[in-house]
Amino acid sequence: MNYVSSILISAFLLIGGFTADDAGVKVGDTAIDFNLKNVDGKMISLKSNAGAKGYILVFTCNTCPYSKMYEDRIIDLHNKYAGKGYPVLAIQPNDAGRSPGDSYPNMQKRAKEKGFPFPYVLDETQEITEAYGATNTPHVYILNKEGNDFKVAYIGAIDNNSRNAGAATRRYVEEAIDALSAGNNIGTTDTKAIGCTIKWAN
Amino acid sequence: MIRFTGIQKQFFLCVVLALFAWSCEGKPTEQVTHSPKVIKWDGLEAVLSRKTEKLQVINFWATWCAPCIKELPYFEEVNETAADKIDVTLVSLDFADEFEKRVLPFVEKRSLRSQVLLLDEIDYNSWIDKVDPSWSGAIPATLIINPSNGKRKFLEKELNEGELNSLIEEILN
Repeated sequence: MNYVSSILISAFLLIGGFTADDAGVKVGDTAIDFNLKNVDGKMISLKSNAGAKGYILVFTCNTCPYSKMYEDRIIDLHNKYAGKGYPVLAIQPNDAGRSPGDSYPNMQKRAKEKGFPFPYVLDETQEITEAYGATNTPHVYILNKEGNDFKVAYIGAIDNNSRNAGAATRRYVEEAIDALSAGNNIGTTDTKAIGCTIKWAN
Repeated sequence: MIRFTGIQKQFFLCVVLALFAWSCEGKPTEQVTHSPKVIKWDGLEAVLSRKTEKLQVINFWATWCAPCIKELPYFEEVNETAADKIDVTLVSLDFADEFEKRVLPFVEKRSLRSQVLLLDEIDYNSWIDKVDPSWSGAIPATLIINPSNGKRKFLEKELNEGELNSLIEEILN
């Protein structure tokens, strides 16, 4: 796991703290739509992808060691589920003033380096992040289309082992989308997203 | 790797000194320091349910968490000045495989004297609610327990020195 060590060493100084908040959307609520700028300059909303049956909405960033540990897993989730109608849509929630490594140009750079196959949009005002009630990165909201709306179907972590994907014994996001695809109820709809606190503007 | 507790170290020191000088007072001349340890959930549970008169101040932190590091001196201060009535435990959420490489050097560099325990439980959702159901999983976070009167306070935020001391006062009385 040397890559993880190097990630942690390179990023450990950038992490800040913030208090959790009970506000935000809950499982079963209608998802809030948005219009946020992607790394390619285009504006993205939940309606941008007409074929989507839902989304794996992930609040994540460039700098958090946990986001980095999950980066490849997020790409894998997109590759596995976009074709089934559940693409990843990544939102960068951190204030660039407090976390310069998460600035829009740095997001563009990271997206290019990793070849993100999904939109990576910036929530510059942090209003969408606050409205969803995201607290940590990475923090996942699975959305499922019902009629003309998207409903929140799962909130929380990607799996139960941030350190080692292969050692995870619960893959919450995969379990949830597999259940949705099969028309079943999701077994675990809420977990705690372990990671870095979101850096709110001062 | 075998780790010795402060008492064990003093015992060995005593034995060594006795061999050379045939004299050993057997009394620690300075405050016992605690060796950092890696624990599982049961180790933390033991701290949370300690039967003691002493207030338990438990801080969750990690070497990669800047605001955590910023508030550590306040906890160290409490540990230094109120050891007779307060136990300070610094629970590191660093990864266990980085204990030797990151946590021990950090503890040494900062000369931390409070008990440092690295909680080796990667499946956070299996234990985090048992510390406090309101905890989202972010650090720094602090739990203060008064075993004598059952008072308990959990805060998921960075504390300043005044806040920590007034929290302690609140739970103590």
